[in-house]
Amino acid sequence: MGRIILHCDLNGFYASVECFYHPELRAFPVAVAGDPELRHGIILAKNGIAKQYGVKTGEAIWQAREKCPGLITVKPHFELYQKHSRLARMIYTEYSDRVESFGPDECWLDLSGRVDSMQAGQRTADEIRRRIREELGITVSVGVSFNKIFAKLGSDYKKPDATTVISEDNFRQIVWPLAASEMIYVGKATTRKLARFGIHTLGQLAVADPQALRGLLGKNGVMLWRWANGQDYAAVRQYQAEPAVKSIGNSTTAPHDIVSDDDLRITLHLLCESVASRLRDQGYRCGTVQIHIRDKTLFVYERQAPLPYPAGDAESLFHAAYKLASRHNLREHPVRSLGVRACALVDDKVTQLSIFPEIQRMQKQEELERAMDDLKNRFGAKIVQRGLMLTDRKMSALDPKRDHTVHPESYFR
Amino acid sequence: MDYKIYVRVRSETDIDGNVLPTHIIWSDDRVFPVDRVLDVQRRASTKAGGLGMRYTVRIHGKERYLFFENPRWFVEGK
Repeated sequence: MGRIILHCDLNGFYASVECFYHPELRAFPVAVAGDPELRHGIILAKNGIAKQYGVKTGEAIWQAREKCPGLITVKPHFELYQKHSRLARMIYTEYSDRVESFGPDECWLDLSGRVDSMQAGQRTADEIRRRIREELGITVSVGVSFNKIFAKLGSDYKKPDATTVISEDNFRQIVWPLAASEMIYVGKATTRKLARFGIHTLGQLAVADPQALRGLLGKNGVMLWRWANGQDYAAVRQYQAEPAVKSIGNSTTAPHDIVSDDDLRITLHLLCESVASRLRDQGYRCGTVQIHIRDKTLFVYERQAPLPYPAGDAESLFHAAYKLASRHNLREHPVRSLGVRACALVDDKVTQLSIFPEIQRMQKQEELERAMDDLKNRFGAKIVQRGLMLTDRKMSALDPKRDHTVHPESYFR
Repeated sequence: MDYKIYVRVRSETDIDGNVLPTHIIWSDDRVFPVDRVLDVQRRASTKAGGLGMRYTVRIHGKERYLFFENPRWFVEGK
């Protein structure tokens, strides 16, 4: 008896929630989009009508309007999405204790041992769909399968409000005709590489020579080949088994392009202060700092550097991040968005005491920043800030720690 | 046209913490006693755009839905 795994995907989640709370919008094409004034003007989610016009998640509002002139855009209300997301998970946990969320709108449920067949799994899936519809007023698509990868493909297969069963008997008919890019971890670059080998569908991937795929894509090639053949054995994690954090990062799209050294320093200071403060909240120090730069032409790259000693203060993070970022030629390539990430985390409760003045200075700095955290939590982020921030108030208005951010998740944790 | 009409409600809480509405008070201060609560379910009101506990109540012999969207109560507009 194989496993029985469900993948539940709330359809057009943000847009569905907005349409639910605003019945008057339902007859129109609606998209939830960031604030164009702050240059966050991309489509975050769209409803079914907007989808018919070809509006895509991730494109700019003006691109969407070209295809769909009557498009109504609404600002996101994350607290409502969190509420719906939490209520949906409460329903899921009535069916299994192994409920693993993948972003706010997706969850895997492992029903193995609770139901005894794929048909019973399908009945549970249908019941969950009915309850989400009746209790939350939105719809969910469910994939039922014997592994997580196929369950996820199943929830994408038919939308909205549908159940798709992908079993050991029918996966060749359902999965194999799909484009390779439908599978998680087959992104643009991988799709291009596979296409060069004449691999366009998951079926072609499944029958390809795994050694050749290893040559083409490294060990991921073999992994994708296994997945296409239904050999994914990853477990659905226990509900609320929080994975150990591997890194903490923040990024932002600046209100205007970063062209000067001051712009760069303001943004990096804000990001480093937020990252350092989150590190301290969670009891970590980091050994490596990584930056992420996206220039005006949307070209993206990352650079990282180790710190001499694990640090939890914004000052140390800033020095490392600034050293990396200042190699970028701002004059020729203005920067659109910038990110700072703290990696190689270590517990801050075990500290190597030192006679070296550098470490003593760092620890003093950390104490100072803890005091600033306290002030900011009590009186707001603006209560104490660097003089530099006053030189460009628009640029320094950002509050990465308190403003809502959604972090993309990784399948491997 | 209002889809969602917030109303004043008088309610009774039993010793187990269950809340039951006893009177609905309209915006013009008319009071409608709830004859009986027929059903309580967690439900979304697609019509009004709200969600919480849905009380099916009988008022003057007619069945109506009354929603408790913590902490406010609403009824669906026509």
